[in-house]
Amino acid sequence: MQGARKKRLLTVLLMGLVLAAAVSALLYALQQNINLFYSPSQIHEGEAPLNTNIRAGGMVVEGSVQRDPYSLKVSFEVTDFKHQLSIRYQGILPDLFREGQGIVAQGILTKEGVLEAQQVLAKHDENYMPPEVTEALQEAK
Amino acid sequence: MIPEIGFFSLILALFFSLSLAILPMLGYYLKQEVLQASAPPLTLIVGGLVALSFCILAWAFLTDDFSVLYVSLNSNSQLPTAYKFSALWGGHEGSLLLWVLVLSAWSCAVALRLKSLPAEMGDVVLAVLGMITSGFLCFLIFTSSPFTRILPDSPLDGSDLNPLLQDFGLIVHPPMLYMGYVGFSVAFAFAIAALITGHLHAQWARWVRPWTSSAWAFLTLGIVLGSWWAYYELGWGGWWFWDPVENASFMPWLAGTALLHSLAVTEKRGVFKSWTLLLAIFTFSLSLLGTFLVRSGILTSVHAFAADPSRGTFILVLLVLFIGSSLVLYAARANQVRSQVAFGFSGREAWLLLNNILLTVLTLTVLLGTLYPLAFDALDLGRISVGAPYFNTVFTPIALLLMVFMAIGPLSKWHKTQPKLLLKSITVAGIIALILTVGTAYFYDFSWLGGISVSVVFWVTLLSAKDWLQKVTAGHKGIVYRARHLPASYYAMLIAHLGMAVSLFGIIMVSLNSEQSIVRFSVGDTTSLAGYEFHFDGLAQIKGANYLSERAQISVYKNGLEVAIMHPEKRFFSTRQQVMTEAALDPGFTRDLYVSLGEKLEDNVWGMRIYVKSFVRWIWLGGLMMMLGGFLAAIDKRYRLAKGGNHHG
Repeated sequence: MQGARKKRLLTVLLMGLVLAAAVSALLYALQQNINLFYSPSQIHEGEAPLNTNIRAGGMVVEGSVQRDPYSLKVSFEVTDFKHQLSIRYQGILPDLFREGQGIVAQGILTKEGVLEAQQVLAKHDENYMPPEVTEALQEAK
Repeated sequence: MIPEIGFFSLILALFFSLSLAILPMLGYYLKQEVLQASAPPLTLIVGGLVALSFCILAWAFLTDDFSVLYVSLNSNSQLPTAYKFSALWGGHEGSLLLWVLVLSAWSCAVALRLKSLPAEMGDVVLAVLGMITSGFLCFLIFTSSPFTRILPDSPLDGSDLNPLLQDFGLIVHPPMLYMGYVGFSVAFAFAIAALITGHLHAQWARWVRPWTSSAWAFLTLGIVLGSWWAYYELGWGGWWFWDPVENASFMPWLAGTALLHSLAVTEKRGVFKSWTLLLAIFTFSLSLLGTFLVRSGILTSVHAFAADPSRGTFILVLLVLFIGSSLVLYAARANQVRSQVAFGFSGREAWLLLNNILLTVLTLTVLLGTLYPLAFDALDLGRISVGAPYFNTVFTPIALLLMVFMAIGPLSKWHKTQPKLLLKSITVAGIIALILTVGTAYFYDFSWLGGISVSVVFWVTLLSAKDWLQKVTAGHKGIVYRARHLPASYYAMLIAHLGMAVSLFGIIMVSLNSEQSIVRFSVGDTTSLAGYEFHFDGLAQIKGANYLSERAQISVYKNGLEVAIMHPEKRFFSTRQQVMTEAALDPGFTRDLYVSLGEKLEDNVWGMRIYVKSFVRWIWLGGLMMMLGGFLAAIDKRYRLAKGGNHHG
C-alpha cells in the first residue's frame, strides 16, 4: 500500500508542477500578445499607448483613400463620426474594404497620431459589422 | 404546404425525443423492461422524422421555393444545383438542422448496434442521446426554425448564398465536422450511462472505443477540409489562422485525442477510469461550447452569423444545463468507479498519462486564448484580440514535447518495461535523427526551433519504423505473414502517429521555407520569387453561372522552361454585390505555386500576392493519415463484439 500511495502522490505532484508551469507560461504569453481596441475618439484623447500593437477601427471616410502610384502604399481615414484617425498601410486591402464601411486595423500608433497598420480587416459580408466598430460608433454618439 | 410538413415533423420529433429522454430512464429506475425497451424504436422514429424534415428543406432549396424565408435568404435561382443543396447548411437555421440530423443519425447507429450491450446500459445511452436531441430540437423549433414562410408576398428570387460558401470544400466541410463534433455525444452518453448504472469495466471501454475513434476520424477530416478550404478560398495562402471558430473545432479534437488514449488505458489496464469519464464529458462539452461560440454570434469570425441575443441565451442555457448536470452527476458517482489496480511508472500507461497531461494543457491553452477576449469584454475591460503569436509560442513547444513522447509510448509495454531496452533504442534513434537533421539543414535553412522540429519528425518516423520491424521479425513465421496479422488497431496507431509527423514536417517547411511577395503588377511585367519567374500575360473578362469575373493570366517559368500557366480570378457576384477572390494554384508534392489577385489599382495594374509554399500539401496529407488511422481503429475486429452472451447483467 505504501508504494501505491507514494506513486499517487508523485503523480499528483508531477501533474501539479506541469500545470503550474504551463499556466504561468500561458499567462505570460497572453500578456505579450493582447491587442486592445481603441476608437478614433479614444486615440484623439490620447488614451492609446504608443509603440505597442493596438487595434483601431471605424467607418472609412468617403474620398479619403489615397494610393501611391508606384507601390502598394495606401492611406485612409476612419471615423466614429466624432473624431478621425489616419491609417497608413502597405499591402493589399481586403475584398470587402470600401469607403463608407466599417473596418478594423491592427498596428502601431506613431507620435503624429497615425496608425501604421500591419493588418486591415473588413467585414465578411453585407450583414456583418465588426462588433468593436458598432460599439465605438454607439459610444461616440 | 410541404414546408409546414417539415416543421410539423420537427415538432413530432421533439415529442418522440422527449419520450425517449424520459421513458427508458423511468423504466431503468422502476425496473420496467417494457419502458426500457422503448428506447431503440423511439430513437429510430426520431431519426426518421428529422431526416424527413431535412429532406423537405432540401426539396425547398432544390425547387427554389422562395416563400420559405431561409431559402430566400440563402439561395438564388441562378445558383448551381450542387450549391443549392449545400446552401441548406449555409446559414444558421439550416446548419442547426444538420446538427440535429447528424445527432439523430449517430443515435440511430447506436440503436442498431445495441445487441452487444447489456440492455439497461444501451437504453440509458439512448435516453441520454434523446435528452441532447430534445434540447437541440427545442432550440431549432423555438428560436431558429428554417421553415418560416413569407406569405403572401414571397420574393421572386432569393438573395443568394454567400459567395465564400459557394465551393466544393463547403459542401463537405460542415457535414464532416458535425459528424465529428456531434459524434462525441455518443462517448458522452456512454459516460453518463456508466455513471448512472455504475457499470464501468474494461468491457465499457471496448464499447466506447470504436464510437470515439470514428467520431475523431470524422472531426479530423472536417478540420483538414476546413483548413484546405481556407487555404485556397480566402486568398491569402494561410492554412490555419487561430480564428476562434477554428479553435472551437480544434479543442474537441485535442480533448478527443486525449480521450482516445485514456480509453486505451482504461480498456487494457482498468485504470484512469474516472479520468476517462471526465474526459468524455469534457470533450462533448467542448463540442457544445464550440456550437455556442459559433451559433451565438459573439465572435468576430468568418463563421459568425448575424447575432440574435435570444439564440445566444438559449444555447448558453443548454450548455450550462448539460455540462452542469453531468458534472454534478460525476461528482456524486465517480468514486464508485475508482480503479482497483495501481499502475507502474515504467509501463506504457505512464507515457499515456503524460500524453493526457500534455493534451489537456494544449486544450487549456487554446481554450484560454479563445475565451480570454470574451471574458475581457464581459468584465468591461475593453475589446481585445489575442494574436496568433500567443498560440504559436505556447502551443508549439508543448506539441513538440508531446510528439517526442508519442514516439516512445508505443515501444514500451503495459505495466512494466525494462528501462534499459527502451533507453537503447531511444539513444540510437535520437542520434540518427540528429544526423539526419544536420543533413537536411544542409539543403534548407532552419531556425533552432525548426531544427528541433525536424529532428522530432525523424525521431517519430524512426521509432515507428523500428517498432514495426521488431514486431514483424519476431518469431519464426514469415515477415509477410506477421505483417498481415498485426491487429488493425496497431496499424491505426502507426499510421496516425506517422500522420502527425508528416503534418509537422509540412508545417515546418511551410512556415520556414516558403517565400512570398506582394507586388504591384502590370500587364507585361515579370517578377521572380524562389527561382520562379512569374510573367503577367494579360487580363480577360469571363462570365460564370452567377458571377462576372476578371481573370488574369500568369505564366510561370523556371530556368527558362514553362512550369505552369495560372489563372487567378476576381469574381463579382451581382445578386449580393459581393467580390470574391479566386486564387490560382499549381499544386505539387514538394511545393505549391499560389497567385491571388488583390486590388485593381489601375487598368492593367493589380496588387497581387504570389507565394511559393513548400510542402504545404503534407499538412493535409498527414491529417488524412490520422483520419485513416481513426477509421482503422474503429473497424478493428476485436471491437466487433460477439453478440449476446457473457457480458449481460
